[in-house]
Amino acid sequence: MPDQKMTFVGRLIVGAKWTGRVIRRIAIAFLVFGRALWDTEYARAFNRGLKLPRQTTVPAATLDHALPDAALLLLGLLQKEGRLIDFLQQNVGDFSDQQVGAATRVVHQGCRKVLDEYMTIVPVRAEAEGARVLLEPGFDPTAVRLTGQVVGEPPFRGTLVHRGWRMAELRLPQVASGHDLTILAAAEVEL
Amino acid sequence: MSAGRYSIGIDLGTTHCALAYIDSQESHEDHLVEAVLPVPQLTAPGSVMPKPLLPSFLYLPHPDEFRPTDLTLPWTSDPSRIGGELARAQGATTPIRLVSSAKSWLCHPDLDRRAAILPDGAPDEVPKVSPFQASVHYLAHLREAWNLNHPQDPLEVQEVTVTVPASFDPAARELTAEAARAVGIANLVLLEEPQAALYSWVNDSHGNWRGQVRVGDIILVVDVGGGTTDLSLIAVTENQGALELTRIAVGDHILLGGDNMDLTLAHLVRTKLQADGVELDRWQFQALTHGCRQAKEALLGDPDLGAVPVVVPSRGARLIGGTVRTELTRDDVAKTLVEGFFPDVPATSRPTTRARSALTQVGLPYAQDPAVTRHLAAFLARQAGATLDLAGFAAPVVGASFLHPTAILFNGGVLKPNLLQDRVLRIINAWLEAEGAPPARLLSARDLDLAVARGAAFYAHARHHGGVRIRGGTSHAYYVGVEAAAPAIPGLEPEIHALCLVPFGLEEGSAPVSPHQEFGLVVGEPVRFRFFGSNVRRDDQVGDLFQDWPVDELLEMEEIQTELPAEGRNAGDVVPVRLQAAVSEVGTLELTAIPSAGGEERWKVAFNTRGNAG
Repeated sequence: MPDQKMTFVGRLIVGAKWTGRVIRRIAIAFLVFGRALWDTEYARAFNRGLKLPRQTTVPAATLDHALPDAALLLLGLLQKEGRLIDFLQQNVGDFSDQQVGAATRVVHQGCRKVLDEYMTIVPVRAEAEGARVLLEPGFDPTAVRLTGQVVGEPPFRGTLVHRGWRMAELRLPQVASGHDLTILAAAEVEL
Repeated sequence: MSAGRYSIGIDLGTTHCALAYIDSQESHEDHLVEAVLPVPQLTAPGSVMPKPLLPSFLYLPHPDEFRPTDLTLPWTSDPSRIGGELARAQGATTPIRLVSSAKSWLCHPDLDRRAAILPDGAPDEVPKVSPFQASVHYLAHLREAWNLNHPQDPLEVQEVTVTVPASFDPAARELTAEAARAVGIANLVLLEEPQAALYSWVNDSHGNWRGQVRVGDIILVVDVGGGTTDLSLIAVTENQGALELTRIAVGDHILLGGDNMDLTLAHLVRTKLQADGVELDRWQFQALTHGCRQAKEALLGDPDLGAVPVVVPSRGARLIGGTVRTELTRDDVAKTLVEGFFPDVPATSRPTTRARSALTQVGLPYAQDPAVTRHLAAFLARQAGATLDLAGFAAPVVGASFLHPTAILFNGGVLKPNLLQDRVLRIINAWLEAEGAPPARLLSARDLDLAVARGAAFYAHARHHGGVRIRGGTSHAYYVGVEAAAPAIPGLEPEIHALCLVPFGLEEGSAPVSPHQEFGLVVGEPVRFRFFGSNVRRDDQVGDLFQDWPVDELLEMEEIQTELPAEGRNAGDVVPVRLQAAVSEVGTLELTAIPSAGGEERWKVAFNTRGNAG
């Protein structure tokens, strides 16, 4: 069964002319973008991470243009199920906390449904937050970000502040070729 | 024909379809390689997603409603018919184009089930399909989904079990089998859904089921799905030292299920909102129903929750400020759902019926009494004598007013919450205690949504590779009405006698039976017989003739009919024939007329699925 699922997903991706790698990166990029927008601490930490001194030179990167399709698809899903765009396009300041709260339930329930249905997101580290963790030499700095007294040589010992999130599986719908993904939500006209 | 590599079970449900399979080639006795097929379906225009369940809905779009390219599936499909999730979602806002509950229409006795009558009540301009065509559409969708994933092993040549409600009459079974044949399934058998649920339980026990039941056990299967409630009794018997399962009784067709419950809660909450001056449109009511279902599941799943918020989003883009917030309380669920659908009633209570008004539109014959427990009480009382002829069963306790089950298996999405299972079990055990019988045990099942499909796959596998089988045969005895030979009296209908044509429990593939009585068939003219069934008369033998019977023991079904072709005969001649009945390997009842004079000719006697009204 698992390999069957893989061939199905494989067909799905090839059919839509994306590679799994790109889709995954786009989705992660989207989530990082979203979180950076909402979470000041996260954004700051991210900024710090970019300013880490580099010890060796690295060749100039070949920067890929992210294909917009997966981002549009995901935004469309978050709007359809969780009314995310409706929510963000409104001015929260005009409403009482109670009204915002009621709407937030719709957004939370729906966006949560999208996460549950279309992706499997697991913590990067299995330990509980606050636990002491050991980082062996050669750990993946993309998956684990060091903060605080970053000195010396690995293995590093530290406290897990955030468990991180990893996209374990992304199951986005197949899209019919020619389908206009820029329509995130169709206008509705009742006859 | 050699057996296919896969054993496939298809649950053709009222609200959902599912396909489960076992790779019989890779399986051995103590390890079955089984899975549920993800079914690709449109989830939004232009978007296709595989899901384990295919909602049994068909949406007939307006030609300008979608771009045809946005309705493409991974196989060649007809853009004038949308199935699955998109159909259900689209139908919520445009119900006049939505076909739903086709399966319930498939066993409607008063309608032509091959006539294009659905969506029910749609304007003339909307194209229509027949209940039969809708069933074919769902099966064809599953076939395409399967063949996409298994191009080397097409569905058409695998061993396929399609499930039907135990309460389906012979005509509805025949239509289901025909629908399966219409999509090319060659190796087909039908299986009753409660039996499939029990097979799933047997499969999940990995051989330990023999330790959990004993000879003399009577298992009550209570299957409450989205649209129907289906009841069966299965006895544990012994044959040459080995345990056997025998289905001894099935209930009537009860159109009562989870959808009724969610709607009831939504109406309750809507009334509360109306009191606060909030009016909901149809789209919002749909969202409310959905919200109530989730809130109900949360409340039933966690006894500590007092209330769960239900939010109804605004229909327009103004989400904040336009969203209606209300809540469903434990009290609402307890009063409306638990007391309404599962009331604590004595074993002597019966479902209430009210006379239908003469001008009723022909619609689905929904159960008039929503109380599942009252239907249960009536079923058990009606089947009080079901085990009388079974070897190894103690005679019923003197004074027992109903059949005493010793174990209960629940199935169907409605009964997922433990709270409801516990309640039904407690009510039945109170009935048992009142008659001095030991309490019934709960047989724990898993995955109540997919158990029927999985059990059906297990049955398809067991048929060819060995494994426990549930015996049972026909769930009814069947009779034809014959006019008594008596002088005609003006203004009086001739008296009808019932001739037993098929005894109770006639098994699949057994030798055909034929009453010795002869009938005269008029050449070139359709000849109709009145047809009756009984799910309690277990002792009637083929050829027995009855002049009268307790009115609730024989239920009139749709007529059966046959026509002798005029070739080689003179139109109007009368040919004496005998009727013969057999249960095919597929599980359908086959009636034939054979000439008394001998000869090779056989004429099919068909169920009149065109409705008694016409």
